[in-house]
Order: sequence, then C-alpha cells, then structure tokens
Amino acid sequence: MTAIEVEHLRKRYGAKVAVDDISFAVAEGEIFGLLGRNGAGKSTTVDCIAGLRRADSGRIRVAGLDPRRDRGEVRQLLGVQLQEADLPDKLTVAEAMRLYASFYARAADTAGLLDALDLTEKRNTRYRRLSGGQKQRLSIALALVGRPRIAILDGLTTGLDPVARRDTWALVNDIRNQGVTIMLVTHFMEEAERLCDRVAILDAGRVAAIGTPAELGRPSLEDTFVALTSRRVS
Amino acid sequence: MKMLTLTEAKLLLREPLAFFWGLAFPVALLAVMGLSAGKVGGVPLVTVYEPIVIAFSAVAFGVQGLPVQVAAYRERRILRRLATTPAGPVRVVGAQLIVAMTVILTAAAAVIVVGRIGFAVPLPRQFAGTVAFALVAVLGTAAMLGLGLLIGAVAPTARTAGAAGTLLFFPLMFFAGLWTPQMSPELRHIGEFTPLGAAVQGLRASMAGAWPDPVTLAVLAACAIVCTAAAVRFFRWN
Repeated sequence: MTAIEVEHLRKRYGAKVAVDDISFAVAEGEIFGLLGRNGAGKSTTVDCIAGLRRADSGRIRVAGLDPRRDRGEVRQLLGVQLQEADLPDKLTVAEAMRLYASFYARAADTAGLLDALDLTEKRNTRYRRLSGGQKQRLSIALALVGRPRIAILDGLTTGLDPVARRDTWALVNDIRNQGVTIMLVTHFMEEAERLCDRVAILDAGRVAAIGTPAELGRPSLEDTFVALTSRRVS
Repeated sequence: MKMLTLTEAKLLLREPLAFFWGLAFPVALLAVMGLSAGKVGGVPLVTVYEPIVIAFSAVAFGVQGLPVQVAAYRERRILRRLATTPAGPVRVVGAQLIVAMTVILTAAAAVIVVGRIGFAVPLPRQFAGTVAFALVAVLGTAAMLGLGLLIGAVAPTARTAGAAGTLLFFPLMFFAGLWTPQMSPELRHIGEFTPLGAAVQGLRASMAGAWPDPVTLAVLAACAIVCTAAAVRFFRWN
C-alpha cells in the first residue's frame, strides 16, 4: 500500500502560486526526502498532507485516507514535526510528553523515547530553558510519541550539533526498521544521501526530479540540486 | 481534554503576575476599603466595592489574561503544532476557557469569603438572592470570557492582544464603578448597557435580596453570546 500519495497538487496564496503541480508517491516503509530551496513549495506541500491547509486542487491520500475529510483518523496515524512550532515556555519536557501521549490511542513509552533522544536528564526542565538542539529533539519526540505509521519530519536536524545529528539519523533508521514510513523535509544533501531511499527535488512549485540519491547524485546530489534549482527564486 | 485542562491549569499556576492582578490585588483592594470607615449613601465602602472587585477579577483574567494567552499560542505556532495531533486546536482554547472560568469564579468566592469574615459584608439575602448572585456571576464571567476570546481570536500578536485588553479595561471598569462607585442616574443608566456595569448592578441587587433587572441579565447574555459567536466565526488559527 502507498503511504502518501500526492497527485497534481496545486495551491496559491492570492496571486502567488506556492505549489504549481506536484505529484509523488511514498511507498510504505520508505524514507522519502523532499528537497528544495526556500519558497519551492515544501512547507505548503507538508501543510496539505497534514491537513492544515486545503489544496486548491489535486488529490492527497495518507494511508488511503483524505487528510481533511478523515481528519480524525489521519491525525492518529500521522506524526508531524513542524519547523518553528514552540511549546508553552513553562511546560516541562516530561509534561509535554505526557500531554501529547494523552492525545493518542496507542502512545509510545515516553521514558524510552526521551532516553532515545537523550532528554532523560532534562525531563524536569521547562521548555524555555532548553537549548536549541534540545528543543529540536523534544519536537522529534513529540512527533513520534503517538507511534505513528507515517512520520513527516520537517527540518529534522536543524540546529543540532554533529554528534546529535548522527544520533538523530540513527534514530530515524531505527524507527524505519520498526516499519514506520518517513517523509523527510530537508536542506541538507548529506542527510538526504545517507537516509533517503528516494528523494524529490522541488523547484518553483513543481517536481524537478525524483529518484534514488544514487540516480540523482552524479557527480553529487548537491550538484544536481544546484543545477535544477539555481534559477533565481523571486 | 482532561489532560489538556490540567496542563493549562498547571501553566497558569506558574504565572505569579496573573495571580497578583486577578486575585491578590482585588482582595487587597477590598481589604483597604474594609479598613476605611467611609460610606456611600449610608452603605459601608467595602460592601459597595465587593461587586466591583469581583468585576475587576473577571476583567484581569478574562479580558487581559485570556486573549494574550490565546494570541501567544497562535503567534508561537503552538496551536498549529496541536492541529496536527488528534487533540486539535479547538480543545486547547476550550481548556483555556474552562481554566479561566474556574479561576474567576474561585476568585469571586474568595472575595465573598474575605468580605464576610473580615469585614462583615452581608452575603446575598435569601435563597433567591443567592441564586441570582450566582447567575449574574456566571453570566458576567461568560461575558468577559467571550470578549477576551474575541480579542484573542483576531489579535495578530500577543502584544496587540494585551494592548486591546488594556484599552478595554478602562471603559469597562469605569462603568463598573471602580473610580466612581456613586454614579449619577444618567451614567448609571448608560452603565447598565455595558457588560460590567450590568454585572455590578446585578450583583448589588442580588446582594440586597432582589432579583436583578431582566435588562441586566439580557445585556450579559447578549455580550457572552455575540462575542463568542464572533470569536468562533473570525478565529485565526495561524
């Protein structure tokens, strides 16, 4: 079964076309990368898949469900990490985990998840007092606490130091090995090359290329990316 | 929902400033009035001020606290984050409303207890007076929360929400009688059509054992319903 299907997605904000025509499919158990420059349409695509925005036209299915019509079911099986989404300042790490776990029918063991993300020591620390990297790791933990079948991770390792980045990559691989489908939205070519089975490169609201990192990576994925997207994005 | 409400309550308990303005300051104000021997129209100052102090609490939590909270949750994308979970953003705002309602009514109860024990302010007379008092308190709180929710629904940032709340504070509290507990009949009549003027007059009537003027109840109910409906209609989730 296909985990995520996007067909001829189109979305504009007033006169500005954010997504012109995007289609791709993510197979179950795959790690799929969504690459593109700022303004290429990545975030809008993620918003539409997560049901946060209504597409102007096109068809989206998450595990065969419509993210807006079947909102309740989709929210149970889709875990989303959003960029720049905060938590209340005075909420502690453990409280945030407990709160988010309470939303889901079959939540993960929060202690184990905190351990995997190296946050156990910080469990009683308030959100405001966390470092950028710790906030980022908490945001990953919250996206996974509902034991999603599909996870969308946007800006997975933004703000993480190299060691934390490697640890997070290992965690993503672990989760995939447990059968979770992952869509990774990233700027980092190295991350895409190491983790993704396939990637789509978006440019100006369209899919410029889609394939395995090896197929697209000659001479390197970054060269392909630059060649496909270096037209100035206004 | 229960977990969300408990979490919001816990977060509020970590805001000392909210408690100062919403609870400690009103009770202190009541105490200051209680220590003075002044009278307004033959009634001790503390008795005159008790409903005004309750109204103050409702404004502090409902119109100044709640909208800032809601707007900050939007601004910092906390609502958006929750929109991707099964909880959804509506329940978060609902939890904030429940907590604010509970706190305002608790503050009102605290004011009544302090007034009765500390300064011998009479409790609402007879069963009818008690029922009327509770009804006005609940409707008045709902009116303030509706107004607060409406500000929070449309204010783009926490700062603008705070500014709007402060701007509304003065006319609301003026007609509640904070600065001029004894108003001219004309002003009182105008005040009856503002939510807090109506609330204070309603509380005062029920303390005297009378059933409040139906206009009072209608003004409060209308404010609560219209504001809440407008907030729901115009709510900006992001």
